[in-house]
Amino acid sequence: MRSAKRLALIGCLSCLLGAFGAQDGQARDLTVVSWGGNYQDAQRKIYFEPFSKLSGKPVLDESWDGGIGVIAAKVKAGVPNWDVVQVEAEELALGCADGFYEKLDWSKLGGKESFLPAAVSDCGVGAIVWSTALSYDAGKLTTAPTSWADFWNVEKFPGKRGLRRGPKYALEFALMADGVPADKVYETLGTPAGVDRAFKKLDALKPHIVWWESGAQPLQLLASGEVVMTSAYNGRISGINKSEGKNFKVVWPGSVYAVDSWVVLKDSPNRQAGMDFIAFASKAENQAKLPDYIAYGLPNKQAASAVPAALQGDLPTTPKNLEGTLALDADFWVDNIEELNARFNAWLAR
Amino acid sequence: MQPFIQFESVSKAFGPLTVVDNLDLGIAKGEFLSLLGPSGSGKTTILMMLAGFERPTSGTIHLGGKRIDHLPPHRRQMGVVFQNYALFPHMTVAENVAFPLRMQRLPRAEIDRRVERALDMVRLGALKDRRPSQLSGGQQQRVALTRALVFEPDVILMDEPLGALDKQLREHMQIEIRDLHRRLGLTIVFVTHDQTEALTMSDRIGVFNAGRIEQLDAPHAVYDTPRSRFVAQFIGETNLMEGRVAALEDATATVIVEGLPLRVRRTDGLALGQEVSLSLRPERIRLGADSVGGNLLPVTISDCVYHGDHMRVQLASGPLGLVARCERLAGDWAVGTPVTAGFDPADLTVLAR
Amino acid sequence: MSRATAGERSRAFLLVAPLLLFLAVFFLWPLGAMVTAAVSDEAVSTVMPRTAEAMADWDGAGLPPQPVQRALVEDLRAADDQQALGEAVRRLNSAVSGFRTLLTRTAGAARDAADPGAVSLPAVDPRWEQPRFWLALKAAVPRYTDRNLLAAVDLRRDADGAIVNADPEAAANRVIMARTFLVAATVTLACAAIGLPYAMLAAAATGWVRAALLMAVLLPLWTSLLVRTAAWFILLQNEGLINGALQAIGLIEEPLPLIFNRLGVVIAMTHVLLPFMVLPIYSVLLSVPRNLMPAAASMGAGPLRAFWHVLLPLSLPGLLSGSLLVFMVAIGYYITPALVGGAGDQMISSVIAFYATGTANWGMAGALGLILLTVTTLLYLVYGRLSRSPQLPGA
Repeated sequence: MRSAKRLALIGCLSCLLGAFGAQDGQARDLTVVSWGGNYQDAQRKIYFEPFSKLSGKPVLDESWDGGIGVIAAKVKAGVPNWDVVQVEAEELALGCADGFYEKLDWSKLGGKESFLPAAVSDCGVGAIVWSTALSYDAGKLTTAPTSWADFWNVEKFPGKRGLRRGPKYALEFALMADGVPADKVYETLGTPAGVDRAFKKLDALKPHIVWWESGAQPLQLLASGEVVMTSAYNGRISGINKSEGKNFKVVWPGSVYAVDSWVVLKDSPNRQAGMDFIAFASKAENQAKLPDYIAYGLPNKQAASAVPAALQGDLPTTPKNLEGTLALDADFWVDNIEELNARFNAWLAR
Repeated sequence: MQPFIQFESVSKAFGPLTVVDNLDLGIAKGEFLSLLGPSGSGKTTILMMLAGFERPTSGTIHLGGKRIDHLPPHRRQMGVVFQNYALFPHMTVAENVAFPLRMQRLPRAEIDRRVERALDMVRLGALKDRRPSQLSGGQQQRVALTRALVFEPDVILMDEPLGALDKQLREHMQIEIRDLHRRLGLTIVFVTHDQTEALTMSDRIGVFNAGRIEQLDAPHAVYDTPRSRFVAQFIGETNLMEGRVAALEDATATVIVEGLPLRVRRTDGLALGQEVSLSLRPERIRLGADSVGGNLLPVTISDCVYHGDHMRVQLASGPLGLVARCERLAGDWAVGTPVTAGFDPADLTVLAR
Repeated sequence: MSRATAGERSRAFLLVAPLLLFLAVFFLWPLGAMVTAAVSDEAVSTVMPRTAEAMADWDGAGLPPQPVQRALVEDLRAADDQQALGEAVRRLNSAVSGFRTLLTRTAGAARDAADPGAVSLPAVDPRWEQPRFWLALKAAVPRYTDRNLLAAVDLRRDADGAIVNADPEAAANRVIMARTFLVAATVTLACAAIGLPYAMLAAAATGWVRAALLMAVLLPLWTSLLVRTAAWFILLQNEGLINGALQAIGLIEEPLPLIFNRLGVVIAMTHVLLPFMVLPIYSVLLSVPRNLMPAAASMGAGPLRAFWHVLLPLSLPGLLSGSLLVFMVAIGYYITPALVGGAGDQMISSVIAFYATGTANWGMAGALGLILLTVTTLLYLVYGRLSRSPQLPGA
């Protein structure tokens, strides 16, 4: 009698668990994950909501802060609870090699030739081109810095400098400041001597650096005068100029640009809807609306050419702004990030 | 002679509320004084002012001729025993008792010696390494007492110290405290709301009501000749009767209560036609064959309760109800039995209304 | 045992079963997973069983013999689970940078080759002539490894298997861990210094004053990190309120560096963690009988001595558990130090986060976590010993 009751109880419990589990797996709406903030607000207006209207189904959106570990954890869970994710170049390279993403059918996206070469991969299609660049407050700095060498020149430009904490970008900028031309940066970094050279250059500036972590910080640092110049994401700079009437300037030569891509997670229950969404977000007429909101470059060539001239000046993809810039080498960082991060931490701790 | 402790015109008010009203009180050295009264009568506040935890709103307090009402408590040299003992839970029995001595910065060896002696005196030597929470209520009480005594203060103040103990233990401790008082010649101010405790232990009792002393007297005087209705009612059980003075004789007077003439002892200032209250202790009433005395009333028994060592008998005489307390006697104590109740004029205390 | 008590026992067990289940699922299992991740090293042997077997015959000198190379090619040909291969690649690349591109290229060549025996690895990529890649492969074959645990404390095994210090150029975990404990200890001290008097004040106060005091200390827990960071920024920066005020009244001429350094980190963390100190002390103080301080005074103890001998020892259990809470929570902080700290204020959790989310190197993340957990557990044991005097109220 008693054991029968107990069985019934256990049965009920497993029913409940089953019910929750099933609900999670089947009825979930398409979930798109991007980088939050203004950028995601803009994406919601021009991609998520119109796509939801078109497909007649809700689109959920979440934000994340990157990291292949997050993707790996989601995919290894069996059925991921995200479907479409906007990933950075390294996450694209790593995850694609490891089979974390579904392969794309490029014919549905308008063919590889419609996009910038850097925006094309087996697993992902470029969503934006963004840039990390030297920026300064033109309202405060009378002489404009023009290069990373100026960034390192504390006599001519006294004051603190902001850099993103971590070896990525810092090493590239250090080499360029040391006179390595943009197209030779990764070649130099590929050798132990090159890495030593970059760290040695960083040594010289170390006491003057304020390290930042999140994308909003360098703007705060510039606005408060805590630093005279800083590396910053270009989209944020034109954003704050527009929203708060600042006169922050971006120095394009020597900036490092990278492509963020849309991917569909492996075994996503909304795989087809996810593919449809990517195709929708990659269409020239949809993508072309983005620079109205935020100054990111467009990987769809046709979309890029449709951007009004007034907005072109702020985009990293505008030919004039591309001169002397450097494309982030995702492969280099995928290979070396652990080793260089350990070394960077040791260097910081010294 | 100047009393050892002297309160002069001391008042204490908390905001608009006057708790102690213009108190004059002298306490002799070596005296055991109980402050008795219902809660809110101001007795604890008096103790707190004496200990220094409260400051009088006006008036002065002297101890041994020295004014102390402005001194902080730690400079007054008074041993205080608190209601819930206030033992330090993080110290052992010995450490608790040593605390006041340590505060006097006595040498280690002397502290140990005096702590040991004090604990032996209250038979707690074996428990000196226990913590308070490992002791019974009575043991905790004895530790608190020892701690208050050990530094030989001028005065011991006790704030309802036995309130938390059960009846038997309480009676035992009463004896123990009285014994200590006698042996050591202590000056003790003892706050209680338990009249039996006050009656059995004190040299004098101050009965408090609403911030004022109603009566300050030896226990038997407080009991036998209460000076107010409040005292009569608060201390022990009594029959209170309302009446009017109808005749004045040499040594006695006649008071009419509910139509019955009662003879009372004539006291000064008693006037013809005056409205008075009479207090009659139940044990003073004698019933039936024993009923001799200046007053004899025909009454009927309306209830009779057996109490072991005595009977408590409810009597009625017309509208007048009385309670008598008598030892067990032969006879018919059934309800409705008519008997005679007798009592002396001297046992009727006349109280002004 | 009678049937009735057996029944009662099983019913009692049923009642606590959800708790046990919860503990197992949300506490024991992750702990086990962390330990396993730290020491297990199966990524390579799973994907490359033949190589693993062949490696047993190689003594590690020079380049491995032909059978090993052939086994590798066959393994790569046969590897059809892309995610498993990816894990092996990540594992190897974490040992020697460049393994990723090397293996990707080699796997492609192995799949395209008609005859696996004919593939010459040095011809596919000259890096195969460097013994370090082969040695890394050999080191990755055993199913269990102490490599992550050693690396977590800046140690490694040299070619002979002896434990030696890692290259100081690339090893900062010890420094960062020591710094983490130092920052946590400083914050704990600061919280204790502020929290003890604060809790006493709150316990002594009544009515709305007490409510306001408790509310004020809890407020930072309810505000979002970003709002708090912005607030500190406004207060502490060079042109911030504090520096502005100090300059305005002429106390200082140059702004004090209050942010982007250790001071900023300690201020910010103390602010957030103060409730973890105040609340335990406060609750202990509430249970202290109100007449103890008057009792001490009556025995000749002035306010200071009464505090020292009575109130302080009685609040010690609260102070201890508060310190433990603050310290343990502080150890895990990394966003706040990153936002308001300087270059030398990074804490160990940020390194853990880097391995866990940044590079999906769960072995290293687990090993660092395990070290942290061990130290914390040791501290907890010390605390257990310290707080074992059983008669303290609230203990």
